[in-house]
Amino acid sequence: MRAFTICEGYAAPIMRDNIDTDLIIRVERIAKLKRGELGPWAFETIRYLADGAEDPSFVLNQAPFRKAQILISGANFGCGSSREMAVWSIEEFGIRCIIAQSYGDIFFGNCLQNGVLPITLERNQIDALAKVAASGATVKVDLHTCTISTVATGAIPFVFPETQREALLTGLDEVDETLKIVSQIDRFQQEDRRARPWAYTVG
Amino acid sequence: MANTLFDKVWNAHQVVTLPGDVSLLHVDRHLLHELTGTAAIKQLEQRGVAIRNPGLTFATLDHVISTKPGRTAGDEDWSTVMVDTLREQTARMNIQRFDIEDGRQGIVHVIGPELGLTLPGLVIVCGDSHTCTHGAFGAIAWGIGSSELVHVLATQTIRQRRPKTMRVNFNGIPAEGVPAKDLILYLIGELGTSAGVGYAVEFAGPAIRQLDMEGRMTLCNLSIELGAKMGMIAPDEVTFAYLEGREFAPKGEQFDLAVESWKLLASGADAVFDKEVDIDVAAVKPQITWGTSPEHVASIDATVPDPAAESDLVRRASLEDALAYMHLQPGQRIDQIPIDHVFIGSCTNGRLSDLQVAARVVKGRHIAPNVTGWVVPGSLKVKRQAESEGLDQIFLDAGFEWREPGCSMCVGANGDFVGPGQRCVSTSNRNFVGRQGPGALTHLASPAVAAASAIAGTIAYPEMTGYKS
Repeated sequence: MRAFTICEGYAAPIMRDNIDTDLIIRVERIAKLKRGELGPWAFETIRYLADGAEDPSFVLNQAPFRKAQILISGANFGCGSSREMAVWSIEEFGIRCIIAQSYGDIFFGNCLQNGVLPITLERNQIDALAKVAASGATVKVDLHTCTISTVATGAIPFVFPETQREALLTGLDEVDETLKIVSQIDRFQQEDRRARPWAYTVG
Repeated sequence: MANTLFDKVWNAHQVVTLPGDVSLLHVDRHLLHELTGTAAIKQLEQRGVAIRNPGLTFATLDHVISTKPGRTAGDEDWSTVMVDTLREQTARMNIQRFDIEDGRQGIVHVIGPELGLTLPGLVIVCGDSHTCTHGAFGAIAWGIGSSELVHVLATQTIRQRRPKTMRVNFNGIPAEGVPAKDLILYLIGELGTSAGVGYAVEFAGPAIRQLDMEGRMTLCNLSIELGAKMGMIAPDEVTFAYLEGREFAPKGEQFDLAVESWKLLASGADAVFDKEVDIDVAAVKPQITWGTSPEHVASIDATVPDPAAESDLVRRASLEDALAYMHLQPGQRIDQIPIDHVFIGSCTNGRLSDLQVAARVVKGRHIAPNVTGWVVPGSLKVKRQAESEGLDQIFLDAGFEWREPGCSMCVGANGDFVGPGQRCVSTSNRNFVGRQGPGALTHLASPAVAAASAIAGTIAYPEMTGYKS
């Protein structure tokens, strides 16, 4: 997994609640396209008009946010479908960090799998940051110090679960890590099979 | 403290505990479907890692498979390739696949329970957010992403941060004609779609106990729409009776042994939850969504709400956006809105009892001239049972299409779309912008309301169409 340490760039505010993963990437794109082809289709429903042209009112179609590395949004960002392609599509667009009031639980986990940092802040902090970001100021996110900085606001601290923070900082590969302790899985299954045979003898 | 249903199941599956409340949990059942499963298997193979427990991994075809009568794979080249890829992969890797020719194909959250793969006390994962459905049996079950799929294939475990626990007590007994779908939509309307974020939710109380297993599955299915990726109901005699004799459920002495252990799973009288919510359901009426989030829900006899009444400006803007997308006006009567489509099916409401209810409402009548009605059974087994009761003929006589099982118009992954600007009453789970196809306008409701709406040609509840229960 790609590590996350520091990210500095433009931050695009999409200030609404309940941005669902269907809105982030449509199902026909995940069905027909491969990883690496999804970036142009991130936020398709609100990014393009019915004739396929860009909607100039959508923030990611506006300079300087075409190059945004950070998204700012409201509550329950990434709710709905478990499609990890939602994270892939925004990551392919260039987003490395999201700052929102809360996240869909599955989406949050999918971000961690892809080196995308999902930061949670209080609503009033988000509103203040969104205002600064909307003016085109750059935002710096530092996972070492757990701070978000702009010239106007100074450093805003954020809290991130320690185990996941370390995994992001090092770009930890969970599969490799777990395969190192496969003997413990072997032992667990041997004992558990005796306690709950019906869970293993299927059919 | 470790005395909740959730804690008991979680603790029994901890292979290793890691710092920061993270556990490596054993996965008892890994369910695969073609839309996310094929790519995950490819990725596993690219890593050069073998599947650890093919015997605990089960696959079916539901998302992109065609639902047209006579189908064998997808409707288009790309979907047929995806279906055939899963067939090839599962055959090669000794993963049991439930397919058309063996008569067990269906939506993964319908067939898991009906085959007895879903059991109390299990940890079940699948690359689909409605995996919470299986929590109806007292399992911890949730939807995972593609990277986690690879981890589970490789290790039969998953790393998870322990969620907080919430219990929702459904007090009172719902009125006749108010099924599980209405109870959970009402709850989501009361609490909002982010209320369950960070929680594993247990649904409890007298209104839950009186539900049959299919109702409990419908209720747990919408946990994710409450924001909770895991929703559970303690197993009881209703659960055990449902499971006995199912193909993959334990048999004989093993079943009795399992039941003894399952009886210990229920939360203790002294169980402590991080949050408890009480909700009175005695006065709940049939529900229907009017907006673009499951929390945009009201009683079917209500009017479309006025965003101006919302003081929070972000929330007000989202309500205004929702009404603009849905082509609705504040104050409009919901039960007179004209419709174009009715979709009866999905992992929420595609089971036999759902089709029975809908068939009773439409029997001997015909859907309105401008309405296209689809019935998509949740599985081949549901379809056969329905046909043996003559339900297919009731739907066909009423002017519905009777299709083959799959996710179909709930998500449109196979191309089953509601057209742009077309309005659909749907028994599915998400009314998101464009969920049923670009520009599609979705109203979520129970099978009874969907069936009545098809007859009326407008959003309607059964009594409005002259139906007497």
